[in-house]
Amino acid sequence: MRKRVNIRMSGLGGQGVVTSAHVLATAASKDGKNAISNPFFGAEKRMAPAESYVRIAGERIYDRGELVYPDVIMIFHPTVITLGKCYTMPFYDGIKKGGMLIINTDKPIALSDDDYRFFEENEIPIFNVPATTLAVEIAGTELATNMGMLGALMGATKLVSMESMEAAIQDRFGKKYVASGGTATLDEAIKKKFAKKEQLLKKNMETIRQVYELGAEWIETIKSPVLA
Amino acid sequence: MDSKSLIGTRNKIGQKIVDPDYLFYEAPRERYFMTGSEVVREAIRRASVDVSISYPITPQSEAAAMVGDLWVEGYVGEYFRGENEFAVMSECAGASFGGARVFTTTSGPGTLRAYENFPMWVGSRLPIMLNMMVRGVNSPLSIQPDTLEIGLIIDTGMLIWHAETAQDFFDYLLKGFIVAEEPDVHLPIAVCIDGFFVSHTKDDVYIPSADLALPTYDPYRSPVVCMDMESPPVRMMRDPFVMKSNYISYATQASWQQETRAACERSRKHTIRLIGGLIEEENSDADILIVSSGTAVAQGREAARLLAEEGIRVGIVKIKTIRPFPYEEIKQATKDARLIFVPEFNVAGWMAREIKACIPDNHRVIAGPHVAGGMTMPPEVIVEEIKKVLATQKEAVHE
Repeated sequence: MRKRVNIRMSGLGGQGVVTSAHVLATAASKDGKNAISNPFFGAEKRMAPAESYVRIAGERIYDRGELVYPDVIMIFHPTVITLGKCYTMPFYDGIKKGGMLIINTDKPIALSDDDYRFFEENEIPIFNVPATTLAVEIAGTELATNMGMLGALMGATKLVSMESMEAAIQDRFGKKYVASGGTATLDEAIKKKFAKKEQLLKKNMETIRQVYELGAEWIETIKSPVLA
Repeated sequence: MDSKSLIGTRNKIGQKIVDPDYLFYEAPRERYFMTGSEVVREAIRRASVDVSISYPITPQSEAAAMVGDLWVEGYVGEYFRGENEFAVMSECAGASFGGARVFTTTSGPGTLRAYENFPMWVGSRLPIMLNMMVRGVNSPLSIQPDTLEIGLIIDTGMLIWHAETAQDFFDYLLKGFIVAEEPDVHLPIAVCIDGFFVSHTKDDVYIPSADLALPTYDPYRSPVVCMDMESPPVRMMRDPFVMKSNYISYATQASWQQETRAACERSRKHTIRLIGGLIEEENSDADILIVSSGTAVAQGREAARLLAEEGIRVGIVKIKTIRPFPYEEIKQATKDARLIFVPEFNVAGWMAREIKACIPDNHRVIAGPHVAGGMTMPPEVIVEEIKKVLATQKEAVHE
């Protein structure tokens, strides 16, 4: 594994991109690693481009802000690519050699020959994962898409332990959390979906665990040394 | 009652009032992973704040809302939302005149809307704690980090500290009250952080128990008489000297302005003791230095790490206080440097101007790189700038 892993998450407002970054970094911190996470967004509105960044390392991390040279890019919605709802163009701009792409989509998105040549030359495998479809199947709500994406990342990279992830999820959803208006509204919406808070936590973890398995299976099929 | 006599007692919510030095240096601390907004909540929980007033503006809204929660829980005496930022800062003045410890937060356009109050706070010797979570103030509109806002308040007469990390932020918020309230200082203090880069970023921070709190503010240690209509500063507001063009009015203005500036300089000794100096140096004997404040330092540290991997040694000088400005410290720390890079998150380059004004041979200062309007400064951009300048110099030698 690299000395430092930089993860860029691109998605749409309301998908939980910011929440995923904070939860992942919290889990890494609980694992005893150094981590730092921060979001970047404009005026908060649903469906507008939103990004967040996580940096994980053994050493103290000072770097913060927009992540220009990521090791892993996670695309939370196909339109980030197809409609350019992205802070960078192309969506994989700056990705490091031997990095990884995780895309939430039911079927592979048609990219140009130049794109595929770039991925091949730079040994960047693509993991297409139907995170939203799985979220609806497992948790009964597309609001768990971000949990699916975290599961995919964890299975493919083993960056954080499942115990720490569970503790981080408990931190975020298990107690009172002060957030901006938009986030608070969504928090309320997801809580209404479940009769009890424990059920919400359980469904989130179930989504993570099931998609984790897919990630772990996928990485076995990749020959090039990912994140080495 | 002298607030020192409260040490060892419990406040109404049950926290133990402790000596500030105990809270800062001796009380056991635990590691937390939290955002800058949460850091505000935890610092203010321990700060025995009497009054907090704010108005929502990104990126400080979350922090202000969390202080509201503290009021609900009973940790803060009074809390309300003002009509706008100008009203908020005026209301803060009223509370402070009345002898309260006052905390407020603002950002970007809010800071500018409130601006008129800052030199008024200074002249009135009100030790208000202002947390500025800085962001863009220009059009096109930006809610993202930009430090132009700090450059715009540097001559208001306030103490201005600039935190780099969540840990700095927590410590500066608590220690800032102590320095600002010293009788020979007794000035407002702006504790600045870069919006989003600190306010919305989760980072490690070590925090003492929530069972401990600072002694309350003691208004009887104020160097000016509380709300006395016949003495400065209220005398000057009640019956402005500007109305009387005579020698006494000019002399009063001149001497009082000098006194408030001198008070800012007098904060040095308290600040040096509490935050370990006005600057922090790392390999400052290097030929090449990065000198700046806030997130620019954080990015500078990463740039120095990347350059070290290539065998280029770069030192760091972190400026913790913008006012008082560490003129002498910077002069000493940079005396052997051949090149002094000043990365900044604003288009104006005010920090480079400040540094140029206090060191000899200031052609050594390279004002940059700069980003503005909410752009990020990846360490690679600083690396590129340093290499570009080094390459130009090499060419010059060969010619």
